[in-house]
Amino acid sequence: MKKFVNAPETVLRDALAGIAAAHPDLTVDAENGVITRAGGTRTGKVALISGGGSGHEPLHGGFVGPGMLDAACPGEVFTSPVPGQMLCAAQSVDSGAGVVFIVKNYTGDVLNFRMAAELAVEEGIVVDTVLVDDDVAVRDSASTAGRRGTGATVFVEKIAGALAERGADLAAVAAMGRRVNASSRSFAVALTACTTPASGRPGFDLPEDEMEVGVGIHGEPGRRRDKLGSAKEVAAMAVDAILGDRPLAAGDETIVMINGLGGTPLIELYVVFHEVAAALADRGVVIARSLVGNYVTSLDMAGVSVTVCKAESDVLSLWDAPVNTPALRWGA
Amino acid sequence: MNGDTVDIDLARAWVQAIAAAVDEHKDHLTQLDSAIGDADHGVNMQRGFSAVTTAVADMEPDTVGAVLTKAGTTLISRVGGASGPLFGGTLRAIGTTLDAPTATPGEFATALAAGLDSVRKLGAAAPGDKTMIDAYAPALAAFRHQADTGADFAASALAAADAAEEGMRATTPMQARKGRASYLGTRSIGHQDPGATSTALIFRALAETAAR
Repeated sequence: MKKFVNAPETVLRDALAGIAAAHPDLTVDAENGVITRAGGTRTGKVALISGGGSGHEPLHGGFVGPGMLDAACPGEVFTSPVPGQMLCAAQSVDSGAGVVFIVKNYTGDVLNFRMAAELAVEEGIVVDTVLVDDDVAVRDSASTAGRRGTGATVFVEKIAGALAERGADLAAVAAMGRRVNASSRSFAVALTACTTPASGRPGFDLPEDEMEVGVGIHGEPGRRRDKLGSAKEVAAMAVDAILGDRPLAAGDETIVMINGLGGTPLIELYVVFHEVAAALADRGVVIARSLVGNYVTSLDMAGVSVTVCKAESDVLSLWDAPVNTPALRWGA
Repeated sequence: MNGDTVDIDLARAWVQAIAAAVDEHKDHLTQLDSAIGDADHGVNMQRGFSAVTTAVADMEPDTVGAVLTKAGTTLISRVGGASGPLFGGTLRAIGTTLDAPTATPGEFATALAAGLDSVRKLGAAAPGDKTMIDAYAPALAAFRHQADTGADFAASALAAADAAEEGMRATTPMQARKGRASYLGTRSIGHQDPGATSTALIFRALAETAAR
């Protein structure tokens, strides 16, 4: 394993120190494992809190700031944070208007956030939870832990975050988060496994001429292994899977994210975007807004995920609203 | 401890023995998790039980349950992932029912049953899903059977450890229906479940502690 680390055990702590040093707009409480906006929460503003395992940067700490999250709770690498972290985050950022937990549907995240919600309620904090489960690679929820939460997390955090910034109440902010999630679908393909600092070995072996189709954000598979396809074939597969699950009509407006899983160069992401755009255009689907880059990564995995969100004009307006975070910044 | 009851010292020795076993087997646990999960089970359990060792050494419990509740709470606050709530919640549930300085094998069986209820509810899992329950449920059944037929604590714990290991091995041909391994579908078949493996370590640690 070749990685820029000091020791596998100190990766998270060292990274948090780096985040603190690099971003004076953020407050990093390394002791409690909580990243917040330096300015605190405006009285009456609903606070958005998300979190999950580390290794998916910039998710979630990179999305803390005006227009998006109020706090992020990073867990150990690929391990959800613990309830105490989320409770501490809720206590730090609740201004009295309540907090929304944005939780990706992974067993560990769900269980820990559920415990945290119970603890927060005992402390008199009003909590609503938005579960993100956009990954169409996982279909049969009867025999699995259910559809995973992946790329749509960025859309939920941005759009619900903008609504909270406008002063909407807890129920409205949470409802918007659920609506964005329900309107979003993702699909990912990996060319290599990633290597966690703790294990030091790639999570799985993938021959040079094969790809893992339908991976989650830790490389865990959802569908099958295929012979490596061209960008056009991968894009067609993703668009077919996404629209096969949630059909879109000609003229529908969407936000599309082509997301790198950490080890894929931007030039390849643009190649994929071109092909996804063409496949959507064939069906008359309109890409109203787009995002291309590394937003929900899986350490050093070579791979790409495609997320499509059907977006009405109010959602697009919230997407366009100012945001000022380390990883997403416009209009501010 | 006189062979017929569990006392506070035994409870403390048990969680310390679990910590030692997890430490010894952490690479194996991570290797199993690497096959069907995300390769962090060993390191997570090691981090949690290392904290448990310190936590229970520093306390002056007045019940058997206090030790186990403290261990469970420590796991929940240190482990994260699914393992923290599942293993921590189970130990807490076991601890909550043991509110005296000693417990009989029968009382301990009741506590173990509360632990199983907790993990089944929290994980919404059932036997056959390829989870820790596949080791825990047979271990509980074996412990209870021994306790009901008048066996002492050490014999009951030994039977539970053997049954847990058998249950652990039985997870290999199963297809996972819960947790991250479920996404592998049929490809999860042929791999031993890491959670069931940790559970077997926990029951083996109990048997070895009770036999001392």
